[in-house]
Amino acid sequence: MIDLTLPIDEKSIRKLKVGDEVSLNGRLVTGRDAAHDWLVKERPDSVRDFLKNTMIYHCGPVVKKRGNDWEFVAAGPTTSIREEPYQGTVIQEYGLRGVIGKGGMGPQTLKALEANGAVYLHAIGGLATLIAESVVKVHTVFKLEEFGVPEAMWVIDVRDFPAVVTMDSHGGSLHEKIFRHSDNIRKKLLHIDV
Amino acid sequence: MELDFQDHAFRAAVLELIRRASTDLAPDVVQAIQTARENEDEGSAARGVLSAILKNIERAREKSTPICQDTGTNIYVVSLPLGISMRRIEKLIREATREATEKVYLRPNAVDPVTGKNSGDNTGVLAPYIHFEEWDEPAIAVKLLLKGGGCENVSTQYALPDVTLKADRNLEGVYKTVVDAVVKAQGQGCAPGILGVGVGGDRSSGMMLAKKQFFRRLDDSHPDPELARLESRLLKDLNTLGIGPMGFGGKTTALAVKIGVAHRLPASYFVSVAYMCWADRKHSMRFTPDEVIYD
Repeated sequence: MIDLTLPIDEKSIRKLKVGDEVSLNGRLVTGRDAAHDWLVKERPDSVRDFLKNTMIYHCGPVVKKRGNDWEFVAAGPTTSIREEPYQGTVIQEYGLRGVIGKGGMGPQTLKALEANGAVYLHAIGGLATLIAESVVKVHTVFKLEEFGVPEAMWVIDVRDFPAVVTMDSHGGSLHEKIFRHSDNIRKKLLHIDV
Repeated sequence: MELDFQDHAFRAAVLELIRRASTDLAPDVVQAIQTARENEDEGSAARGVLSAILKNIERAREKSTPICQDTGTNIYVVSLPLGISMRRIEKLIREATREATEKVYLRPNAVDPVTGKNSGDNTGVLAPYIHFEEWDEPAIAVKLLLKGGGCENVSTQYALPDVTLKADRNLEGVYKTVVDAVVKAQGQGCAPGILGVGVGGDRSSGMMLAKKQFFRRLDDSHPDPELARLESRLLKDLNTLGIGPMGFGGKTTALAVKIGVAHRLPASYFVSVAYMCWADRKHSMRFTPDEVIYD
């Protein structure tokens, strides 16, 4: 298990390889469909300082209001591939060091990870209660009123957030490998010529 | 036979049904995940993922918090005795849904596609989705399925024949579409998944038929021996694909395959493949004025 403290520098990210198990500590920001569209089309300055050198987490949490504070109740990853058209731009524009989600991403993101020194981390889909327990503080939230709870950008502190590197900054992708393997078996089962 | 009951009693029973559905899995699903875990190699990523999933299920049950933050499309199948108003039941389910959202058993999940505005309470047009049936029992039966968006996005439909899959209009063709759908679903629906398959019908009835298969017990067997054979052959072969839990590789890509059939038009042969993630949140209750029995 490799401990990563966020924000983080490029050198530490470049050391990571596909298959490494990591534990995240520090500040990261949630963002999914509406957020990525907003980040690319409007290029807001308000979130820049929060995103620089840290990671964006594809997550639409369940949160509970306690007085003036927010508490994360359920916070597993959402499917990442929907952000494929935006992710490369967002990584470059905001200086991200990583993306956390599930299911992996495509070739554009893989290229952006390599060019900018960032990684894709896979969290376990549906691990909502356990991951919410690793969220120790909610700093602030962007676009809550306009986007609603799941789509808002929540700036949070995490402790011992577990994930696995499935796409690294050297062009490696576990998802590509598993897809090729399973597709070959599919062709055999279906008697389609390989 | 007249069923006389109080609104608040039914509403409270539905609220408890939602809480159970969101925060706890049915025993047959937990059992299937446990068996899968034992079957994966010691020290493998697949086994690690399934262990974490089992731990999450336990914690969610203890704390009464959602197993998955995507509390999904809420699909109800309600069986009513003659004489109960469907509009009354629908109103009470909608009220229970609002209350469940306030209690954070459900995430606000209903978005207006025109304005982009989230209703904030899980109610809206066709939300929650309620299907009514009539039956002869002196009770109201409510089945509830919470189906997350990640696995709904990879649910799909094939019109046979399909040239690229070499899939003809027969059960062999059905087999090919299900294998194809599971390979395409990897990384999006959270594996290991459960496949509900609707053979026949039209595009809407076929998909509903596919989703209704999720109410079957995972360890049951189809009463038609030919379909029972197809279900077990598919399960066995899907687990040779090597996709594994969360797509990290492994022996468990699917937990179950359940097939339903409906008559089709001569011109159509639809295979509707509904994908359910491992967080297969299905629960049911039987409501009478005297008692509520949950499954």
